Amino acid sequence: MNAMKKLLGWVDERFPLIETWKLHLSEYYAPKNFNFWYFFGGLALLVLVIQIVSGIFLTMNYKPDALFAFASVEYIMRDVQWGWLLRYMHSTGASLFFVVIYLHMFRGMMYGSYRKPRELLWIIGMVIYLALMAEAFMGYLLPWGQMSYWGAQVIVNLFATVPYIGNDLSTLIRGDFVISDITLNRFFALHVIAVPLLLVAIVFVHLVALHAVGSNNPDGIEIKKNKGADGHPVDGIPFFPYMVAKDGVATVAFLIVFCAVLFFAPEMGGYFIEANNFVPADPMKTPAHIAPVWYFTPYYAILRAVPPMFSSQFPGVVAMGVATMIFFALPWLDRGKVKSIRYRGPIYKAFLAAFVVSFLGLGLLGTLPSTPTYTNIARVLSVVYFAFFILMPWYTKIDKCKPEPDRLTSN
Amino acid sequence: MTDNVDHSKRNMLLAATAAAGGVAAAGVAAPFVLSLMPSERAKAAGAPIEVDISAIAPGAMMSVEWQGKPVWIVRRTPEMLDMLTKHDADLTDPASTVPQQPEYCNNATRSVKPEILVVLGICTHLGCSPTFRPEVSPADLGANWAGGWFCPCHGSRFDLAARVFKGVPAPTNLIIPPHKYLSETKLLIGDDSKGGAA
Amino acid sequence: MNAIKKLAVLALLLAAPAMAAANTDVPLDVAPINLKDQASLQRGAKLFVSKCLSCHSASYMRYNRLGDIGMNEAQIRKDLELPDEVKTGSTMQAAMDATSAKMAYGVAPPDLSVIARSRSADWLYTYLRSFYVDTTRASGWNNTVFPGVGMPFVMSDMQGEQVLEVEEHGGHKVQKLMLKTPGSMQPAEYNTAMTDLTNYLVFMGEPAVLVRHQLGWIVLGFLALLLVLMLALKKEIWKDLK
Repeated sequence: MNAMKKLLGWVDERFPLIETWKLHLSEYYAPKNFNFWYFFGGLALLVLVIQIVSGIFLTMNYKPDALFAFASVEYIMRDVQWGWLLRYMHSTGASLFFVVIYLHMFRGMMYGSYRKPRELLWIIGMVIYLALMAEAFMGYLLPWGQMSYWGAQVIVNLFATVPYIGNDLSTLIRGDFVISDITLNRFFALHVIAVPLLLVAIVFVHLVALHAVGSNNPDGIEIKKNKGADGHPVDGIPFFPYMVAKDGVATVAFLIVFCAVLFFAPEMGGYFIEANNFVPADPMKTPAHIAPVWYFTPYYAILRAVPPMFSSQFPGVVAMGVATMIFFALPWLDRGKVKSIRYRGPIYKAFLAAFVVSFLGLGLLGTLPSTPTYTNIARVLSVVYFAFFILMPWYTKIDKCKPEPDRLTSN
Repeated sequence: MTDNVDHSKRNMLLAATAAAGGVAAAGVAAPFVLSLMPSERAKAAGAPIEVDISAIAPGAMMSVEWQGKPVWIVRRTPEMLDMLTKHDADLTDPASTVPQQPEYCNNATRSVKPEILVVLGICTHLGCSPTFRPEVSPADLGANWAGGWFCPCHGSRFDLAARVFKGVPAPTNLIIPPHKYLSETKLLIGDDSKGGAA
Repeated sequence: MNAIKKLAVLALLLAAPAMAAANTDVPLDVAPINLKDQASLQRGAKLFVSKCLSCHSASYMRYNRLGDIGMNEAQIRKDLELPDEVKTGSTMQAAMDATSAKMAYGVAPPDLSVIARSRSADWLYTYLRSFYVDTTRASGWNNTVFPGVGMPFVMSDMQGEQVLEVEEHGGHKVQKLMLKTPGSMQPAEYNTAMTDLTNYLVFMGEPAVLVRHQLGWIVLGFLALLLVLMLALKKEIWKDLK
């Protein structure tokens, strides 16, 4: 024990170990009334680790070559010892990453976590989300099945609709005139090195920003305003050991869900791994029905809902782009007097509920083949989706809020 | 904080959770580590191979691949076998005391049949593949050379029973892989389930 | 808060039927397969090697993987009548090479390693029982599930020959397959054989499926135990705060 202490002292003279521990764990005060919705940030970090570790081991056996990619995935599934487990870990992790991130973002919207002083924290989070979408999109090409191929073909062609530079832009992305071995090779490089590095870096920055401003909470009031004699927030509790113990429970519960999918439904009825992706990529034959993976489908439905204008698909592409980017503006669109949905009036609640319905509805429609009826529904839902953001400055201002409490309420 | 905490209960719970967490961590680590072991493809490639040795002329060598490594098969002439006995003093391990061969090849010729030598063509120094030099007294290897292998990497020398000469970097004789005769002309390399007997 | 939770649940319920729906026009029969039935899997493997492997490869499947369904090396050699030069560690390659197969049938026979994953068990089971005589086709055969199929019906000796009859029911056209010439098997017998074959194809699509399910229960059981421990520990530690 004494030797241990000596070693610790030796390190601490050279590195702010104990200081860091205190600052970020044992003396980082988190609001005591964290509820269910506050588990997802930590869980997202867990999934990031799962993806990186399983990804490294998959990279040892995967071949980023149009001739061998498909076969190398089956090689992993069959010939590599426990390869199937590593691969399903990665594919399940990809989908659950988005489940966790969407819930994490929704938490932020419900409790106004993007409001002052957390605007930058929210923006950094949005950058993570965009990087994650790029990461997932490029990773999906790697198995080199029919859905990989045609999904990438369609998405990259969206860039071709940009006026004047579109064709050159999409050719630049592909490095070829169609999706090919060259595209696969560069997507592999970006998926395995570039974007993960970026992700890890911005996740770190996200945490630094969070610990600088402190966590929001379901009441949406600042615990730092109410400090005790010891200088610590009276409504705060040390992250270690209390929040760590609580997050530990959530982690195990999440792992149960994760493993249930991994071991019993890795394809998730075709939503996590699509049946058509077990057919090797064939540039000569498009599958009858192409849909992106479920986490992109809300945006895909918006894309399809916008009719071509001036004989160009570009407006649809713009709408889709705006639909993903508009979250950046949330901190400045919201004019409400309170942050948390607990003290918001009925108008905001109605709008948020309508937004949730539109997001899920669009997500569902994006997986289905388009019919005139579905397209009309998608148009209505798209309008609802954008109305939530565009009308926000107006309805949050006129909404009747309840008074915020001075201290945190218990759950 | 209150002082009426039941420390024994808390410590027990901590220990139990830590133990279960440790088991979980080991359980997660196992498939990752095991995935680094040879895959089914590697195992299939490493399966025993059958070789027809009838075409090897006396004094000639045939090279085959087994587990991705070269395996040499040499049909030694009576003269070659005769010469094996004459340079024991120059060898590091003339009697093959270091177990670089299966039990059934621990003899003067290091083989099942005296004339047929089966040997793994990888230098015991740093893994290069030595060159077959069956000729006697060539200019570059000197007058004493009675046929054998010369490693171009660091100059190790082996005789025609794949035994290493003194004064070269390689520490031991070359490895004799497990093998057996399926018939007079058919050799199975990588499997010696009947002790190498024909 | 609660309203939002309810909405989320509602949306999930709405999505559920869409998940079950598959996009094919012909109603598929449910394949009565059972991956735990080793005898069925072994019969299916034999049928696969004797019938399908003439033209189709399964180039990601190694013969020795049949160990997972209870066949040892000797059985694999004997039951599947492997030629001496084929090692049990090698992958299943078609007797006919792809080029000559393409010459003969117009299309290269697809690799069947993961066919059950791209097509589904029900599709395969229905497809294998839906060939009928069609003299307009070069091969003489057609299929209700796969119209214009390139493959001739190699199991006609077992099932016999079916013909397609179209009946009118109040304006609705109903397609019906009728057995015209019986084969060596009774219809029920043939259905069982095709169940075996489908069962095998599903296993071959993902040979790890058996161990995956077994291990899954162990992992979930262990995590449940860990959850109980974590909950107890959290409660104990949080006592400090009261």
